[in-house]
Amino acid sequence: MPDSATVERTDAELIAAVRGGDTASFEPLLRKYQPRVFATARRYARRESEVEDIVQEVFLKAFYKLDSFRGDAPFEHWLMRLAVRTCYDFLRAHQRNREMSFADVTDEQTDWLDHFAANPADASENAAAARELVEKVLAQLSPAARLVITLLEIEDRSVKEVAALTGWSVPVVKIRAFRARAQMRKCLEKLTRGKYL
Amino acid sequence: MNMAELQKKLFAAARSNPPSDDVPYAFEERILAQLAAKPAFDILAAWNRTLWQAAAPCVAVMLLLGAWTRFAQPTDSSRETLAGDLERSLYLPFDNSTETW
Repeated sequence: MPDSATVERTDAELIAAVRGGDTASFEPLLRKYQPRVFATARRYARRESEVEDIVQEVFLKAFYKLDSFRGDAPFEHWLMRLAVRTCYDFLRAHQRNREMSFADVTDEQTDWLDHFAANPADASENAAAARELVEKVLAQLSPAARLVITLLEIEDRSVKEVAALTGWSVPVVKIRAFRARAQMRKCLEKLTRGKYL
Repeated sequence: MNMAELQKKLFAAARSNPPSDDVPYAFEERILAQLAAKPAFDILAAWNRTLWQAAAPCVAVMLLLGAWTRFAQPTDSSRETLAGDLERSLYLPFDNSTETW
């Protein structure tokens, strides 16, 4: 028979304990879910200090809003919704209106674009230059566009899942996704206009 | 350059490079320290909760009063009194000014 101290408590038990005033019971929840929240925050913030601030805010909100968790869905879903909304608030608060031009593209990225222009099928998706380039382009998008592109295209989620995570309705997600793709294409056109168009 | 194809390639590049899920050392302790430092009782949250809880009874009382005033049989005398009072109150300033001039 396992020792009672080593028996892992379920999320529901831990949540009930936290609601009852036992703050220490929040620690196992934190340990369990912080890697996922860190990975989510790193999609939207580049600096590690910003990522840590976002994650801290998510867990503080989770702690203080725990009473609003009804338990209909798993705690993880509720927490990820909170994380996505906190990331969206972060994007809105740190919105920059800097136009990117071809001058902002590094030599490696230019090489990758040259390679893509010459032979699109051969350009590697695993190249660091491509990854940096997409990061730069995403940084140019509006917060809503960046969020919807990240969730739909990069995390490969369904429209319904995006609607549940963001709190937007399904038609709003579809409209925002359409606009976001157009906005991204515009950014790419601006970026490549001088050299390739 | 084919922009749609470039966009697809860039999405694939982003997908192939998921962000790390590393957690800084003792990060959970930092959050628990924050929780311990903050007062357990958030007065604004409690006020907010109370207001929301009070909203439903207030709406119920409003609907009951509305229904009562709508469906209660008005007596002729009360209607006259109310109409008379309203008329007197409305015309009072004009009556006074006529007397002064």
